[in-house]
Amino acid sequence: MGASDFSNLPHIGESLRRKEDYRFLTGAGQYTDDIVLANMAQCYFVRSPHAHAKIRSIDKTAALAAPGVIGILDGQDVAADKINGLPCGWLITSTNGEPMKEPPHPILAFEKVRYVGDHVAMVVAETYEQARNAAELVMVDYEPLAAVVDVRDAQAPGAPVIHDIATNNQCYKWAIGDKAAVDATFANAAHVTKIDLVNNRLAPNPMEPRAAIGHYNRAGDDYTLYVSNQNPHVERLLLTAFVMGLPEHKVRVIAPDVGGGFGAKIYLYAEDVCLTWASKKLNRPIKWNCDRSEAFLSDAHGRDHVSHAELAMDKDGKFLGFRVHTDANLGAYLSTFSTAVPTILYATLLAGQYKTPQVYVEVDSWFTNTAPVDAYRGAGRPEATYLLERIVSRAAWEMGLSQDEIRRRNFITEFPYQTPVALQYDTGDFHACLKQANELADVAGLEQRKAQSKAKGLLRGLGYSSYIEACGLAPSNVAGALGARAGLFECGEVRVHPTGSVTVFTGSHSHGQGHETTFAQVVAARLGLSPDQVDIVHGDTGRVPFGMGTYGSRSISVGGAAIMRALDKIEAKAKKIAAHLMEASDADVDFAGGEFKVKGTDKMVTFGQVALTAYVPHNYPLDKLEPGLNETAFYDPTNFTFPAGTYICEVEVDPATGQVRVDRFTAVDDFGTIINPMIVEGQVHGGLVQGIGQALMEHCVYDRETGQLVTGSFMDYAMPRADDFPNFTIGHVCTPCTTNPLGTKGCGEAGAIGSPPAVMNAVLDALAPLGVKDLDMPASPNRVWNAIQQAKA
Amino acid sequence: MQVQLKVNGKAVVVDAAPQMLLVQALRQELKLTGTHVGCDTAQCGACTVLMNGRAVKSCNMLVAQAAGTEVETIEGLAATDGTMHPMQAAFKECHGLQCGFCTPGMVMSALDLCKRHPNAGEQEVREALEGNICRCTGYQNIVKSVLQGAAAMKS
Repeated sequence: MGASDFSNLPHIGESLRRKEDYRFLTGAGQYTDDIVLANMAQCYFVRSPHAHAKIRSIDKTAALAAPGVIGILDGQDVAADKINGLPCGWLITSTNGEPMKEPPHPILAFEKVRYVGDHVAMVVAETYEQARNAAELVMVDYEPLAAVVDVRDAQAPGAPVIHDIATNNQCYKWAIGDKAAVDATFANAAHVTKIDLVNNRLAPNPMEPRAAIGHYNRAGDDYTLYVSNQNPHVERLLLTAFVMGLPEHKVRVIAPDVGGGFGAKIYLYAEDVCLTWASKKLNRPIKWNCDRSEAFLSDAHGRDHVSHAELAMDKDGKFLGFRVHTDANLGAYLSTFSTAVPTILYATLLAGQYKTPQVYVEVDSWFTNTAPVDAYRGAGRPEATYLLERIVSRAAWEMGLSQDEIRRRNFITEFPYQTPVALQYDTGDFHACLKQANELADVAGLEQRKAQSKAKGLLRGLGYSSYIEACGLAPSNVAGALGARAGLFECGEVRVHPTGSVTVFTGSHSHGQGHETTFAQVVAARLGLSPDQVDIVHGDTGRVPFGMGTYGSRSISVGGAAIMRALDKIEAKAKKIAAHLMEASDADVDFAGGEFKVKGTDKMVTFGQVALTAYVPHNYPLDKLEPGLNETAFYDPTNFTFPAGTYICEVEVDPATGQVRVDRFTAVDDFGTIINPMIVEGQVHGGLVQGIGQALMEHCVYDRETGQLVTGSFMDYAMPRADDFPNFTIGHVCTPCTTNPLGTKGCGEAGAIGSPPAVMNAVLDALAPLGVKDLDMPASPNRVWNAIQQAKA
Repeated sequence: MQVQLKVNGKAVVVDAAPQMLLVQALRQELKLTGTHVGCDTAQCGACTVLMNGRAVKSCNMLVAQAAGTEVETIEGLAATDGTMHPMQAAFKECHGLQCGFCTPGMVMSALDLCKRHPNAGEQEVREALEGNICRCTGYQNIVKSVLQGAAAMKS
């Protein structure tokens, strides 16, 4: 079935209310911390208070004698049991041909700690309070070392060395593009725009903190790990094959209701391994529930880039060449996908929506004494979009062009389009997105609104951002050639029951995205059922055949496509059964709206009749066909998908206080086919708030001297709240993706990718009359006010 | 110590250590796991319940302080036949939730708001939800839900 046929089916494009909502709204959700197992113990992790220190000794004597303590494990126990360190899933090769530096990442620190919050020991007790109290009695003798938290400091001569195998703290030095060709464009440029930017470090902060329960069952010699995670099969693969050396069939990973992920719950964390390992060692189920303070210290953070970029243009503002140098902070250890974020997921997006003929990007990645940095909503693509869209607006201002005109002059208009940085865009309509955004944002009325603001003593500004992202990760062979150590396909199983209702098992995982509804719409549309007749099962390696999980806005385009493939098989087999029942040849049977008909006749059987026949095969071609109607398919995409759009932000700035208020925000996105518009708009809203949050308030700060995390709670880290935003205006353009059967592109990350530069360009537009040209995120009142004062001076 | 209170209309007795928080009593002793814990600084509001009709953050008070009070949690809102309360129904209708973790606290805060400001407009709703953090929805549909739920409760 092609994408255009698919998008015309019933239920496709319908804002069906969500099937999952009843349980969440009545308090019946089952998140990991809601699960209680018989005889379950609790645990607490002793974490390093130092950013960098040698461990001289650990004395557990007093803690072991504390009430309720069952056991205390540390790095020596890990080494004795030969538990491997945590693996990194993506190998990046430096420009000199050397593989990246991969230092050991022990699940409990061995001889040294490398960031505040690094795991030192695991205390297991009968109750949480007993574990926490005993943890305070674990005596760790540290020898503090000098620490480094900033990428600019990490590369300075004489900087503290974090890992012995990376004596200059560099993990890799990577590049993409043709440097000589790019440099040549600068020699012929009429104008060059330059920019230096910091992409601020963020804490992902899903509202449900991480949690896990390790449960070893001695009777079956098998394990169950309940964990708040976005991809339970990947978690199991890493845990069994790479870390613990266990056979996969002996480990079941269940990710039940998960309270948000945003990337932070993709990874295999040390705690997950510790719980699994300790549950056998102590022969007890053990629960760990992360508190928010621990989450700030130990969840993988996002972003943290320092970049310099230069854009060469001709006299008309047409882009000739773009060159970038980025220093990326990877933190103290390599998290699961950390190394791919500032390279494959970042540099390949730096062509953006523009036909810049030459692009060259160098990325140096560094170890620091901070929490590991990995994918956070958008993962590399927000960093690329921010850099590119900031420099494009700056170029417009320097060239005396409007922000939209310079974009129009450079937009790609013909597809497929091969960028100079590896990606091939299959489709898009960038002019249509920009045009619709201009209309919805009432750009024509800006001058009037500016005058109204001015009368109140406020400055008003408008900012653009035209983003593109690569989603639908990913063709496995391409990912493999780029260093991925896993495939990136998806699996779906469609189980038709004898009475015609359906259970679908998907390797995608829903942690807020509403898959239980959207995927049910897909199946109902194809089989002519009501969505109520379709249930979606996800998040359990014991029930779902396999899967790569949910991240990179991949679920509908890869997970949905796998279900489509399984439905193709269901339909093909059902047609054969129907043909038998109607005594017709297979080729003469059509299927639509849940009915099988013989062409040119009035013979008809329903999908329900066929399902029943498959399980009660009395009148059935048993010599040619197996009974049953249950099909599994794996889908490996042939290309990435490319959601794109234009965002326009309008802000008011109070020059007396530096306070920025987002007054209007318009987002026009091209997500290809949209299955449930209500859910898609909800995804955009959420992404926008995370992106605007990054631009205006969120910042994860480590003290540059001590390496202490300064923003360690919701008291110190500014989370976006309801009264920080206006209502958003949303628009859509649809050019269906050409490489998957649904025509979908993915919508989960767009808001967080497109919005930060739109906000910052708006702030700079507002501040332009005061002479402010440079500003880094977050544009907090303090920073804006200081920028105004510096411009005055 | 023994703490007596009413939870969702039923008299209960909790055998509590002096430092036991109200949220711990609800989740661990009474198995009402719809009330969630999303932070440790009384900022996120996921633990919001009604005590004597007013929204309180149940992570930020001892169960002993709730002795003799009437506490209502998310589990107490739907009718006995399972029909959702109008505010719950509005959240579903307006897509005011995604992952669902902050949702019980949001709904309880919304009920408190409706009681105190039955005619609140959009901006007042936004300000009233300041103590409840949601990371998924961008708040727009939560605000819409609260306005629609408030209207439904009046009719």
